[in-house]
Amino acid sequence: MDFGLTEEQRMLEQTLRNWLSEHLPVSRVREIAARETGQDPAVWRGLAELGVVGLLVAEEHGGGGLALLDAALAMQSLARAAAPVPYLGSSVLAPVALALVGTESQRRSWLPGLAAGTTQVGVALGELTGRRGDTNLRIDGGRLAGSTLFAIDSGAADAFLVALDRDHLVLVPRDATGLGVTPLRTIDRTRRVAELTFDGVVPTEWLGGPAGVAGAGARVLAAGRVAVAADALGAAERALEMAVAYAQQREQFGRPIGSFQAVKHLCAEMAAELEPARALVWYAAYAFDHRPDEAMLVAAHAKAHLAEVATGIVRTATEVYGGYGFTEEGDLHLWFKRAGLDRQLLGGPEAIRVEAAALQGLA
Amino acid sequence: MDLSFGPEYEAFRDGLRAFLHRHRERAPAGGQLMSGGSKDAAMLSWQAALIEHGYAARTIPKQYGGYGATPDPLIRVILDEEFARAGVSAGIGGQGPDMLVPTLLEHGSEDQKQRWIPATIRGEVVWCQGYSEPNAGSDLANVQTRATEDGSDFVINGQKIWTTTAHVADMMFGLIRTEPDASKHGGLSYVLIPMDTPGIEVRPLATMTGHAEFNEVFFTDVRVPQANVVGRRGEGWKIANTTLGHERSSLAATGQLEAAMARLVERMQAETVGGRRAIDDPALRDRLMRLQARLLAMKYHALRLLTCRVRGEPPGAPGSPEGSAALVTKLAGCELSHQIAALGIDAMGELGTLYGGSKHERAGGLWQFHYMFSLGLIIGGGTAQIQKNIISERGLGMPRGPRA
Repeated sequence: MDFGLTEEQRMLEQTLRNWLSEHLPVSRVREIAARETGQDPAVWRGLAELGVVGLLVAEEHGGGGLALLDAALAMQSLARAAAPVPYLGSSVLAPVALALVGTESQRRSWLPGLAAGTTQVGVALGELTGRRGDTNLRIDGGRLAGSTLFAIDSGAADAFLVALDRDHLVLVPRDATGLGVTPLRTIDRTRRVAELTFDGVVPTEWLGGPAGVAGAGARVLAAGRVAVAADALGAAERALEMAVAYAQQREQFGRPIGSFQAVKHLCAEMAAELEPARALVWYAAYAFDHRPDEAMLVAAHAKAHLAEVATGIVRTATEVYGGYGFTEEGDLHLWFKRAGLDRQLLGGPEAIRVEAAALQGLA
Repeated sequence: MDLSFGPEYEAFRDGLRAFLHRHRERAPAGGQLMSGGSKDAAMLSWQAALIEHGYAARTIPKQYGGYGATPDPLIRVILDEEFARAGVSAGIGGQGPDMLVPTLLEHGSEDQKQRWIPATIRGEVVWCQGYSEPNAGSDLANVQTRATEDGSDFVINGQKIWTTTAHVADMMFGLIRTEPDASKHGGLSYVLIPMDTPGIEVRPLATMTGHAEFNEVFFTDVRVPQANVVGRRGEGWKIANTTLGHERSSLAATGQLEAAMARLVERMQAETVGGRRAIDDPALRDRLMRLQARLLAMKYHALRLLTCRVRGEPPGAPGSPEGSAALVTKLAGCELSHQIAALGIDAMGELGTLYGGSKHERAGGLWQFHYMFSLGLIIGGGTAQIQKNIISERGLGMPRGPRA
C-alpha cells in the first residue's frame, strides 16, 4: 500500500520545474501569450525533448508510455508556470482518444507526431459538455454541418478532434474544405480556444471507424477532467505560494502583513482547501488507469471540486496581495485567469455535479 | 502508487476477519461516539482476548502486558477497517490507552510503567485527562491549578474543565502548576491523581446537546504523593505536548465520515418534501455532491499522510503548502463532519429540528446531535482559529503571533 508519488515521478517533476523556471519565466509567458498562436515552437520542442509532450503515448509510437497520473503531474507543473502550451489537447485528450478508440493505422499515423511535438491536435468536446446556444453540430447528407464552441488548444492545431456525440469522434484536418476556425478570446491568454464551423466538411477519419465506439467520448472526457483538475491544482498552489511569500515581504503598520492573523488565517484556509484536494487529483488519475468502475465518477468529483477550490484560492490570494493583486503588473492575475478558465472547461462544477449524481443513480 | 496491501497484510486481514467471525456472538458492538470508561465484564474479557491475539495493545511491550509487536501503520489501518466493517468494538480506547500509556512509555519511571500500563490496557483502570481550565483553553499553558509542597506530598487546589470520563475515572493525568516561581511553560508538572482522593469533586457539565459529555473537576486540598509526577517537575508542558502527538490514525476518522455520508444518502432517499424525495431536490443534491467530493479528498488525503508515515518522510518541505498537509486534517475533517450533519437536517426541514424523543423525530435526533457535537469538535482540542495559527506558522512558515 503506497499512496504517494514515486521517486521517478518526483524526478520528472523536478526536471520539468527546473526547465520551466529557466525557459518560461513570467516575462516570457507574457510575451508568448500575446502572440497570435499563443505559443512558441521552441518551448513545445523543448518539452518534447524532455519527454513531457509524449508522456502518455505508447513507447511503440515514440512516447513515454506513462500513466494519466504522470500527465496530471506534468499538467500541474505547467499550470504553476502558467505555461502557454497545448498540453491538454495534444498531450492528453488526443493521445487518450487515439489510444482508446483509434484504429491501429490511426494510431500509427497520428501518435508519433503528437509524441514528437511536430503535430498538434485541437480538441472540441463541446457537444458533450455544456453546449451553449444553437451550435447544431450534425451530419447532414453525409457531411459535417453546424458549429461547435471551445475547441481546446486551437492556436497552432494541425487538425481537430471533434466529438459529434458520446460515441462519435472525428478527426478533421485544419485545412479541410468547409472548416472555419475562429479564435475566441477568453480571460486566460496562456491557452487558445476557437469556434469551429462546418460547412459541408467531408468526415474522412472517424476514430475507430464510421460506426463510432460506444462511450468513447465519456472516457476521453474523464481523462480531460482529471487533467484540468490538475491544472487548477497547479494554478491554486502557485497562487497560494505567491500570497504567502508576498505577505511576508509587504509591510503595513510597520510589520509584514503576514504577521496579522487576519492574513495568516486566509492563508491557512487556502492550505486547508488545497492539500486534501491534491490527494483527490492523484486518486482520480490513478482510478482512470486502475479502477475503471470508479473512474468517471471520481474524475467528475475531482474536476468539480478543484474548480471550486482553485477559484476560491486565486480569489483569496488576490485579496492577500491587496491593491497590487488587482494590477496588471502584479502577475497573480495570470493564475486567477488560468483557474477561471479551468473552472469552465469540460463542464462547470454545477453541471458536473448533476452528472456525478446520475453516475450513482441519484439523479 | 499502489493501493493493494500485499499478501502479508492480506493474510493478517484474513486472520482478523476469521477471529471476528468466530467471536461475533460475544463481541460488544462498536461505533461508540465516546469510548472508554466501560468496565463491564463482557468488555473486559473481550479486551483480554484482543490483546492475546494482537488486535489491541498491539505495540505495547510484553513486559507491560501488551502484545509486543513493532508499530506498523498499515496494520493499524486494517484493524480500523475490519472492526468498523464488522460493527464490533475494537476494544478499550479512550484517554488511558491512547494518551497516558504512550506518555508513560516515553517518560514514565519503571515503577510507574509497571504499576499503570498493564492495568490500563486491560481496562481495569480508567483515566481522564486534566488539562483544560476555565482560563486555560487555547492558552493551555495558563494552567492555574496549583500544588504546594507538604512533606513528600503535593496539596492541589483549583479546577479542571472539559474532562470526559471524569465521572467514571479511577485516575487523572493532569497538568498542575508546581513551580510558582518558574516561567509560565516551565512551571507545570504532569501529575497522576487518584480520583477517589478526598477533596475531589466531579460535576457533570451539561452541553448544548442536552447531554453531559464532559465534566468539571474541583480540587480542594487534594493530597497526592510527589512520586506521582511523571518525568521531572517543571517538564509537564513538554510531556503533555508529546501526549497530544499520540493521535489515533486520521483514517479512522475518515471511516466515521464515510459512515455518516452513507446515512445521509439513505436519509435523502427516504425523506420526502411535498411528495418529492429530498435527493431529487436539485439544490440539496448539489450540496450532497459537493460533500461527497470533499469526503473523497479527505479519504485520500489520509491515505497520503499514512504513506508518509510508512515511508518515514514528511508530506512536504516546511514553508510550502505541502508542508502543512498533516496540520490541516483536524480543521478540514471537523468542518466536513459538521456540514454532513447540516445537510441531513436541511434535507428533513422542520422534521430536522425534532429532538429529545419528539413524535416524528428521525434516528433519535442523531442529526441534530451530530450537528451540535461536531461544532464542539471544531472548538475542542485546539479551536479552528488555533489550528489556523498552527497551519500558517508551522506549515506555511509565516511569522509567529504574540505568545505570553
